Amino acid sequence: MSQALETDRTFYDRFPDEARVVRAALLSSFLALALGAFFGIVQTLHRTGVFRGLIDSTDYYTSLTAHGVFLALSFTTFFLVGLFTWAVVRSLDRPLVNIKITWTWYGLMAVGMTMTGVSILAGFTDAVDMSADVLFTFYAPLQAHPLFYAGLAVFILGSWIAGADWFRTFLAWRREHPDERIPLQTFMVLTTMTMWYIASSAVAASVLLFLLPWSLGLIEQVNPTLTRTLFWFFGHPVVYFWLMPAYLLWYTVLPTIAGGRLFSDPLARVVFVLFLLLSTPVGIHHQYLDPGIAEGFKFISMTNTMFLLLPSLLTAFTVVASVEYGARQRGGTGLLGWLTDLPWRKPEFAGMMLAGLMFAAGGFSGMVNAGMNINYLIHNTIWVPGHFHLTVGTAVALTFMAATYWIWPQITNKPIYSSQIGLFQVVLWFIGMALMSNAMHAQGILGVPRRTAEPEYANFEYPAMLGGFEELNVQIAIGGTLLFVSTVLFIGNVVLTMGNPRVSGLAESLSPALSGPDDAPLVLDRLRLWVSIAVVLVVLAYALPLAAIINRGGLLGPGVGTYPVWLAPALDALSAAATAIGGAVGETAAAIGGVVR
Amino acid sequence: MHIHDYEKLWLAVSLLLILSLIGTVTYGAVGPGVAMVADSEPTVDATALDEDERFAEPRVERVGENEYAAYVVAYQFAFQPDPLVVPANSTVTFYVTSRDVIHGFEVVGTNANTMVIPGEVAKLTVETDGPAEYGIVCNEYCGAGHHGMSGTLEVVSQSEYEGQNGGDGE
Repeated sequence: MSQALETDRTFYDRFPDEARVVRAALLSSFLALALGAFFGIVQTLHRTGVFRGLIDSTDYYTSLTAHGVFLALSFTTFFLVGLFTWAVVRSLDRPLVNIKITWTWYGLMAVGMTMTGVSILAGFTDAVDMSADVLFTFYAPLQAHPLFYAGLAVFILGSWIAGADWFRTFLAWRREHPDERIPLQTFMVLTTMTMWYIASSAVAASVLLFLLPWSLGLIEQVNPTLTRTLFWFFGHPVVYFWLMPAYLLWYTVLPTIAGGRLFSDPLARVVFVLFLLLSTPVGIHHQYLDPGIAEGFKFISMTNTMFLLLPSLLTAFTVVASVEYGARQRGGTGLLGWLTDLPWRKPEFAGMMLAGLMFAAGGFSGMVNAGMNINYLIHNTIWVPGHFHLTVGTAVALTFMAATYWIWPQITNKPIYSSQIGLFQVVLWFIGMALMSNAMHAQGILGVPRRTAEPEYANFEYPAMLGGFEELNVQIAIGGTLLFVSTVLFIGNVVLTMGNPRVSGLAESLSPALSGPDDAPLVLDRLRLWVSIAVVLVVLAYALPLAAIINRGGLLGPGVGTYPVWLAPALDALSAAATAIGGAVGETAAAIGGVVR
Repeated sequence: MHIHDYEKLWLAVSLLLILSLIGTVTYGAVGPGVAMVADSEPTVDATALDEDERFAEPRVERVGENEYAAYVVAYQFAFQPDPLVVPANSTVTFYVTSRDVIHGFEVVGTNANTMVIPGEVAKLTVETDGPAEYGIVCNEYCGAGHHGMSGTLEVVSQSEYEGQNGGDGE
């Protein structure tokens, strides 16, 4: 990579305008993290029955919607746009084409998420006739307030303009450097955003063509299988959208922190191309248990999903090899002895390594999820959130927090307030998640459902295993509490860092790969080719299932009602009024009838 | 492009793992015959289930030698019929639909599990073991009262089942 590009000047010194955007995006991300973590601790204590005094069980779902949307959509995406802006500008060594456009997309994303956030939080009060208790999957025919869908549309539009901003900047660079290889970080950003355009087109279609018009009363009903399938068309690649910034950090920043170099630039490109090709034509694996979708489509999705393990398995090799190289450069020896020669006291290193370790565990529980028939045992049990708290909740979230300790000084010229707190915080996250996620997986095998305020039932008891339902609840509550404390320490550390004075001498450069871009076949950089193949694969995987779904139920579904979660008070008032009016009409009619008779 | 020998080995082992995983699922389908919930059933009008032949009166029905059909309706926030009573050591096919929003239908502690989508009918066939009582839970969020949505599956001995259903000549 671009060793020569960075001397002793930080990103803040070199690109102050872009650094401001990166800071704004990261701070938005941390605000979402703080909100999401607050709802997380409320839910952990409520669900396990430790403390149910703060909210009613009916409000649990408002909290769960907020937790999902703020963390899975807002925290992740704002961090991504900040990191990608940094990565593009840094690796191309040139400013963005037009910073006004950059602020425009940031503004759209912030406004969109605020709209959606307000519609969700309004669910806590009866004073406003607004609610969006539909969880982050918003399955129709449960219906949220129109503001919820409109906000999502604006948020996604902002992310599209962000991608266009980076593509334009890349094209400007290309005109200045016609014969150079695409720098690795920019390559990663462009492939990830291409995947995002393909994936988010489906959810945008679902929101704009069906859900938003339906919530505004313009169409009477929607086809629940169709909107659900369009959601998962987007919903699986979105997990890679969360993960790709973490991969970018593992490939391009972690080796340097370890004192080494990336093992192979060409294989890193291969991995990102594989994700572009395979992330989308797999979404139906979230619908293995859906009626109305043929078994053959589920089987195709299953095989694609299994092949999606390949880029992650390759990543495991490359990242470990790069770190081992770093350890040996630092004097490490032996088969495993080199592990002791790594900078474990740096929170940015320890955090990313622990995140990677948990991602491996998450990968294994993911293989179970992907196994079409064994999936029946755990589908929609708490096993599933147990799984994704390892992937997005740790591989992604812990990597982002750890990376903040490294990148924040680069974009602010302010040293981190306390590395010790940072180290304690990342280790605490690992311990908390080990407890919580393990117990969630175990409860899932017992059959305990996900997404419920009160998982204990009066009419039956769960089968006992190693550790029964109650013991596992205690583990979940302790784990969740540690995670909350860890988040508070992270946010506190960032806030205190913001109070530090600016200093010089914080610049860190990134070391070039051992096997550099010149070893990569040129075909890897031919983005048009990969986009074409990706689109063909998506069409192959989705054209027939979508056609079959529309053929079965129609664009707007077989007879299906509408169940607004936000109109209940208004509907009650309306039906009371209707009864009164009906009664009055009846009485009048009777009176008239009496008169006539 | 240079690829390290260890990396080639890792790649080969990874591909082997992937093919084995696909192999186990394929074996499950063609060997023991684990069938997926699929699109075998026609769609229904969720807003007019009370006019539907199968779902107007949710029930368990004998359909063959030791074979039973259970027609189940899920709605905010219960299952019908409740309890579901089926005979032990028999083959039971569940037909589950919803008259309002998306629900789940999970027999706790077993792999009898399906999504319940309004307009669609989920069909899944199970072999019952000896007499036992199982919980049924809705495992998809379906509204503010979701956590109260559960039911019971009673697997009773053949004779007890006959006794309960003796009057209808089966």
